[in-house]
Amino acid sequence: MLLSLRRIPISAQVGILVTIAFVLAALLAPVIAPYSSTVVVGDVWEPMSAKHWLGTDNLGRDLFTRLLYGGRITLFIAALATALSFTLGASLGFSAAVIGGWFDEVLSRFVDMIMSIPTLIFALVVLSVLPSNTVTLIVVMGILDSTRVYRISRAVAVDVNVMDFVEAAKLRGEGKIWVIFREILPNALSPLVAELGLRFIFAILFLSALSFLGLGVQPPQSDWGGMVKENKDGIVFGIPAALLPAAAIAILAISVNLVADWVLNRTTDLKGGRGNG
Amino acid sequence: MADTLLDVKNLRIEATVYPPDEPAHDITIVDDVSFSLEKGKVLGLIGESGAGKSTIGLSPMAYGRGGVRITGGKVMLNGRDILKERTRGVRRLRGKEVCYVAQSAAAAFNPAHKLMDQVIEATVRHGSAGKDEAKKRAVDLFRRLGLPEPERFGNRYPHQVSGGQLQRAMTAMALCSRPDLIIFDEPTTALDVTTQIDVLAAIKDAIRDTGVAALYITHDLAVVAQVSDDILVLRHGKKVEHGTARQIIEDPQEQYTRDLVSVRSITHEEKKPGDSPILSVKNITAAYGKGPAAVPVLKDVSVDITAGQTLAVVGESGSGKSTLARVITGLLPPREGEITFDGRPLARRLGSRSRDDLRELQMIYQMADTAMNPRHTVRTIIGRPLEFYFNMRGKERDARVQELMDEIELGNGFLDRYPAELSGGQKQRICIARALAAKPKLIICDEVTSALDPLVADGILKLLLNLQKIENVAYLFITHDIATVRAIADSIAVMYRGEVVRYGTKSEVLSPPFDDYTDLLLASVPEMKIGWLEEALKRRSMESAGN
Repeated sequence: MLLSLRRIPISAQVGILVTIAFVLAALLAPVIAPYSSTVVVGDVWEPMSAKHWLGTDNLGRDLFTRLLYGGRITLFIAALATALSFTLGASLGFSAAVIGGWFDEVLSRFVDMIMSIPTLIFALVVLSVLPSNTVTLIVVMGILDSTRVYRISRAVAVDVNVMDFVEAAKLRGEGKIWVIFREILPNALSPLVAELGLRFIFAILFLSALSFLGLGVQPPQSDWGGMVKENKDGIVFGIPAALLPAAAIAILAISVNLVADWVLNRTTDLKGGRGNG
Repeated sequence: MADTLLDVKNLRIEATVYPPDEPAHDITIVDDVSFSLEKGKVLGLIGESGAGKSTIGLSPMAYGRGGVRITGGKVMLNGRDILKERTRGVRRLRGKEVCYVAQSAAAAFNPAHKLMDQVIEATVRHGSAGKDEAKKRAVDLFRRLGLPEPERFGNRYPHQVSGGQLQRAMTAMALCSRPDLIIFDEPTTALDVTTQIDVLAAIKDAIRDTGVAALYITHDLAVVAQVSDDILVLRHGKKVEHGTARQIIEDPQEQYTRDLVSVRSITHEEKKPGDSPILSVKNITAAYGKGPAAVPVLKDVSVDITAGQTLAVVGESGSGKSTLARVITGLLPPREGEITFDGRPLARRLGSRSRDDLRELQMIYQMADTAMNPRHTVRTIIGRPLEFYFNMRGKERDARVQELMDEIELGNGFLDRYPAELSGGQKQRICIARALAAKPKLIICDEVTSALDPLVADGILKLLLNLQKIENVAYLFITHDIATVRAIADSIAVMYRGEVVRYGTKSEVLSPPFDDYTDLLLASVPEMKIGWLEEALKRRSMESAGN
């Protein structure tokens, strides 16, 4: 499906451009960054200057460099966690819808149970027990988020599952794998893609919250949430170092949201998503 | 022409379309259509889907559905050009001078309000009567339209009355504000034939008694011939023929009209049933749900189908004919009874059947739209059974797919299209090809022509008969339409409330003496002649007097 750029509304265009800029900055961090992210290169909380474009942080490390590398970690963990939650949530959700019966019942009640506990508290408890490293973080975030994806994919798949073409496939004798991946998945893809964008933002916000509370990415590495935490004391002295990673989080969240909104609008439009661009 | 109510001149209606991979552009839906309607007369608008009949029908309300624009011509109602009216003027007109009766009354009524409130709403809003006066009118209309307990009928909610009653309630709603013109948009299409005849009679009487004029939109020429004074035949948004109902039916001038009048004239020599049936259903009892609360749907049903022949199962909605198909395919395991297929017993459950059982028993659905995965190309749709059952791949598979495409008379250029890029008839042909790809011995056809226009349906029936000759496949043909049965069946089973009430060869079933239900069913099928409705009603009242 080729989309001409004119059809995309301004807001989505801005969203796409900013998101791409963030991703490029993260990918090219070692090339762009003027310093190493873990080396102290100046005084504590130096103001912005030609030497340190955005100043230095609470230990005297270059803030611009830290932002680039922080973005790298943030995007990396959020992307992997989202991928995990989608793979897990969608395949379980589809299976539950197609298999039905006790399988559906057990899974759905289990998911209800997990969802009934506030995610942040649940994550804090689990992460304080498990060894804190990146893998644990991704797995915990992915599994917790997959409950939401499970709900959506199950709801979509239940609708598709009662269509005649699925019945025709079953009458042909097709196995569950074909029904799930060839009959249902292509028809459930558009709402899931829109959901993917939203889930990615939630993953970023969630990771930032965890890091801010000290249970996310561990020093000396740091993501944006962790950087806000490191520099928060500076706010009292009028030092803007904590606000820059916070702004990065906000801008990225809004840009991805603009894109996700547009995709959602296109796929849920009753007239086939061509009426309002 | 003092008594001309509606005068439509050179009407032109356009819409903007957004085809995939193409720039948006305007298309003409209705082109240069003119007609006029006198007070108290009924004009039938007839045509196939896409003929623009509903679009034209809505023009006297100055309304275009879904982005449709009236771009030319005049619509004069009571002497004023309503296309020049502003929003306020149009609002005064709708529901007061012109009322609308939709096809699906079930979807047009708000399920949360009582019928009475909805029936009198427009009348009270427009101030043409007070609430009490409007209620009195409504009750009177309920009585006239033959609704049960007219005094209390309005207290019910839409889901508490039957489809035929709801359609009559909607007619009452339209008549209540005493409009000059009512637009009936396929008011009986969704109803069973035995219900349709009552609704038709009620509508006809109400029109005659109140002296209202009407536009009657339908695709069924036999129906429109019963209620209209004049008929306007439309095709592709253009006028084909305009004349009195009698002239159109008895002496059509244009080829297209002649085709419409003579539709369903396929003749099929009935074959005598053989000794060894391909499918034998014995004493089947089936129910939905479990335990004592289960709803019985099939009671002691037994039928046989001979190889290479067609058994038509006829009945109204709720008679259990589709459930019979579900039992045979194994989707609904029967409570009791057994099914023998090609000499071997067939497992009750779909899951425990062998791949050959599945292959030799194929199914074609009513809605070709939903029976094909919208994200698969025609190549995948037809090719998959070949891969699955015969393990054909690549070139071999493509060659066979092309062969099947030739058999269903579609030829080249369709293989890489998606279902959305096909017409209704083409879609149903693809479904037939998909069933044939499995080389089945029996195909269950569940109302395969009911969603199609008459001429297209004729083509599908001819194709099915042809394929039966070539492939020697048997059909279990489920339908509610007697004309289709006449065209295709060798044997017939008439179903009523889960039981087979009449079963035999076509000539046996369709010749007297009839049982009560078959008689009612046959007498309710509209015939392509003027005055059929009156005759049918007279016959019916004579019979009930005789009993």
